[in-house]
Amino acid sequence: MRGAVRAAVCVLSWALAGLACSGGQSSDTIVVGHVASMTGDTATFGRSADQGIRMAVEEVNAAGGVLGKKLEVVTEDDRSVTEEARSAAQKLIQRDQIKALLGEIASSRSLAAAPEAQRAKVPMISPGSTNPKVTEVGDYIFRACFIDPFQGAVMARFAADELHAKRFAILFDFKQDYSVGLAQFFRETVKKNGGEIVADERYTSGDIEFRAQLTTIRAANPDVIFVPGYYTELGLIARQARELGINVPLLGGDGWDSEKTLEIGGDAVEGYFFSTHYAADSDNPRVQEFVKGFTAKYGATPDGMAALGYDSAGILAASLKRADSTDGVKLRDAIAATSGFDGVTGKISIDANRNARKDAVVLKIEGGKFRYYRTVGAE
Amino acid sequence: MENLLQQLLNGVTWGSIYALIALGYTMVYGVLRLINFAHGEVYMMGAMSGFYTAHWLGFARAPSVTGLVVVLVASMLVCGLLGAAIERIAYRPLRGAGRLAPLITAIGVSLLLQNAGQLVFGADPKFFPPLLQSHEVFRAGEVAVSNIQLTVLVTALLLMGALEYIVQRTRFGRAMRAVSYDAPAAALMGVPVDRVISGTFVLGSMLAAAAGILVGLSNPKIDPLMGLMPGLKAFVAAVLGGIGSVPGAMVGGLLLGVIETLVTGYLSSTYRDAIAFVILVVILLFRPTGLFGAPTTEKV
Repeated sequence: MRGAVRAAVCVLSWALAGLACSGGQSSDTIVVGHVASMTGDTATFGRSADQGIRMAVEEVNAAGGVLGKKLEVVTEDDRSVTEEARSAAQKLIQRDQIKALLGEIASSRSLAAAPEAQRAKVPMISPGSTNPKVTEVGDYIFRACFIDPFQGAVMARFAADELHAKRFAILFDFKQDYSVGLAQFFRETVKKNGGEIVADERYTSGDIEFRAQLTTIRAANPDVIFVPGYYTELGLIARQARELGINVPLLGGDGWDSEKTLEIGGDAVEGYFFSTHYAADSDNPRVQEFVKGFTAKYGATPDGMAALGYDSAGILAASLKRADSTDGVKLRDAIAATSGFDGVTGKISIDANRNARKDAVVLKIEGGKFRYYRTVGAE
Repeated sequence: MENLLQQLLNGVTWGSIYALIALGYTMVYGVLRLINFAHGEVYMMGAMSGFYTAHWLGFARAPSVTGLVVVLVASMLVCGLLGAAIERIAYRPLRGAGRLAPLITAIGVSLLLQNAGQLVFGADPKFFPPLLQSHEVFRAGEVAVSNIQLTVLVTALLLMGALEYIVQRTRFGRAMRAVSYDAPAAALMGVPVDRVISGTFVLGSMLAAAAGILVGLSNPKIDPLMGLMPGLKAFVAAVLGGIGSVPGAMVGGLLLGVIETLVTGYLSSTYRDAIAFVILVVILLFRPTGLFGAPTTEKV
């Protein structure tokens, strides 16, 4: 009997050791962390980016991996909460010993995570944070997207040139660095071009009642209303605006780029415009190939965040190859040297401020779908 | 002027939601001297049960008044039961244990429901199905009144009217007032105090459920943490009106909604949440019994 117990313990401990080995990082993978809002107010951002990243990593691994090893993605959910992005990054860096960090989409959360990556000298690429401050955190922080001064200026010029707007209203989320930045650069461009800001109102993420601000905006009689927030609030704002009899178009940025905009906004978002990183209905063969692969894999059309996730992982894999090492310093220099990377969101070059320079596209919401409207160049 | 009228309309509609939730706080306080901090979560459960009822019964796809009424009644029933269960499980065992223990339990129930909600429903916001097709009912100059705002306002007023009738005109209402006035004496007179308290929780929870449905109708984003802020605001509204006073909760709720809307419309939304708590502090400092509360001394 005692012998049997001892044998069982032996078998068990052997099995556990085996498990521990397969659970930990074996030396034939390179672990990459992803801080993402997999749940919460902007859950589609994190999920889309994660799907894009995993698809890119699978393609890299299928083609033989990098440095003779496979890439492995570990995703940590921050529940769309700013403070949790920081602890999620800490966990990935300390527990999982990641070689590089991907994420976040929301600028406030990237700003919370970035100091951790910078301190640990782990290169970080944000797929979609457009606020300029994000990469100013330090020389290990990069992004795969354009920045808000560009996006804000694009929409201000678009409103003036295409929609012949003279009177502009703004309704922004003052708790989100992204929204505050976009509103600021929109405001500056409008003023520079001789337009007039007739109403400048604010709300807080998580609000559901916007009728007070919208009534004030309605009284100012604007030609367009710029709402540079995230999709959850935008859907409610659009509905309440229509209820109050506001018929002028709403404009926004890439924070609208989610299927949920259409679900929550319904008919109320018809005919509105927003700037983003890529158009799924573009005729670029690179994009079409991506859309086909993504749709086959996940059964949904990829949104802008999925495309950015895909590109950020692609940039990382290419940089790892060029660095020929997972060493933080070498990898950082390789990412910084990225030039003309052929991504699905355009040709990406990393500039001296560690930002990606590329074009923006304007999409129009028409017939319950996002439709490509036009491309606006990077100056 | 038209702008002000529109803002007042926005404010009264928004405030009627606060009023419905505040009534639950005030009634429970009336009979138990307990601030039921789990009340905001009952409101959340109201919206959630409405969401699932609408989807199960197929009203989510075909907006109709019948659908709205069925969903409203169903979620009021669910939350009535929930309110009774909360009282039976969490508060009744603590009857007579002083005032602090039930208060802490209330906070515990609130946290339990928030986190259970995140587990069961998921932390993501849900889109409440449009039970009414939004359209404009009438317009006077600039002032636009939509059928949704009108429905929220009328439903809230009808429910408050019904409550006022129950409290003032029925046997149960009389028993409730008796328990509120002096529970031990009421018990000696043969009033079934436990049943009355249970019934009070049911009534309050049904009103909170109605508030949840009305918010789903006019601001269709719901999530497991949605009860937190409105719960606190409604508590402020109840204190503003005079906690324990039924008309006070109604007036307090409407007033708070109007104040918040005017602050947002004419100053800045930055102050919207702050103003409610400034009101709470000011009321507690200068008129702790609220607008409608009788200035009584603490019973010992």
